[in-house]
Amino acid sequence: MPTPSKHWREIPQRYRLEAGKCTRCGYVAFPPRLVCPECGNREFAPVKLAETGTLLTYTVVRVAPGGFEDEAPYAVGIAELADGVKLTAQVADCAFADLKVGLKVRLEFRKLSEDGAAGVIAYGYKFVPA
Amino acid sequence: MVAVKNHDNGSKNPLAQFPVKISVEAVLNSVLVADPLRILDCSPITDGAAAVILCPAEMAGKFKTPGVRIAGTGQATDTIALSSRKDLCWLESTRVAAKKALAMAGRKVEDMHFFEVHDCFTIAEIMVMEALGLVPKGAGGKAVAEGLTRLDGKFPVNPSGGLKAKGHPVGATGVAQAVEAVKQLRGEAGPRQVKGARRGLTQNMGGTGGSSVVHVFEAM
Ligand SMILES: [Zn+2]
Repeated sequence: MPTPSKHWREIPQRYRLEAGKCTRCGYVAFPPRLVCPECGNREFAPVKLAETGTLLTYTVVRVAPGGFEDEAPYAVGIAELADGVKLTAQVADCAFADLKVGLKVRLEFRKLSEDGAAGVIAYGYKFVPA
Repeated sequence: MVAVKNHDNGSKNPLAQFPVKISVEAVLNSVLVADPLRILDCSPITDGAAAVILCPAEMAGKFKTPGVRIAGTGQATDTIALSSRKDLCWLESTRVAAKKALAMAGRKVEDMHFFEVHDCFTIAEIMVMEALGLVPKGAGGKAVAEGLTRLDGKFPVNPSGGLKAKGHPVGATGVAQAVEAVKQLRGEAGPRQVKGARRGLTQNMGGTGGSSVVHVFEAM
């Protein structure tokens, strides 16, 4: 369960998919970094992530970690987006039998979790079949 | 097969949390945790403690019990996020940490007589075997099935029973590997003793391989 401050800090990434593109080598860092892991450059230009990609791997979580117990079973995957960025997210709106490596997916803005009746509702992105 | 082998070894370890043998059928029929890993693929969370006494090598002879030498140590990191790694099926931090530790010891991985590794999940042990260079990439699973890593195999892995059977007390897990190395090198491992063990390697990791530590131990 994200704390409100952590969630607030991550809003540019979670809501708007803001990444940083290295001005020297073009590496796209998500979440943004201060130093490019490929070339050591410290300058990045803001870019928005590509919204479509391809599933590289997935699992179905049957025994969930704390905070997600009520959601199990649910699918989680890593996809490579059209801009080369790889991302981990839940795979929603997809029957488990239809999950496969190579599945075309799209990022959608979704509710991720809620902290009780009065707490912060965390929104962010999930994959859905494209 | 990793879980079955580690429980075989663990059944010979009186300090193991789950010193019981299990069958392949039991693993394949156990409840799914996250596909394709079942509960018998997963190490438990354990209450446990481990301790070692360190001293300069020249002092070791003054004690009643025989000392064991730390011949090499290596540490390396990778990205914490799996999605940021260049290859999902490879533990680069373990490869680099092992290379450093073996270089310091002046040994090759084939010179090791046993291996205590971080089998948090069965696939982790297979990936560690491959990163250490015991087998080529992708060949680990088959090698386990063929008995390469059994107590009487060419490269015994996790004679203690590993995290899977001995238990995974997280903070104490790495030191517990050193304790097993000391027991093996002193010839005090009882029914799970690797015959003629003079050199052994331990590999521990955190953050899904985001950080790995490897040590080489030698009998004095
Ligand atoms: Zn760069």
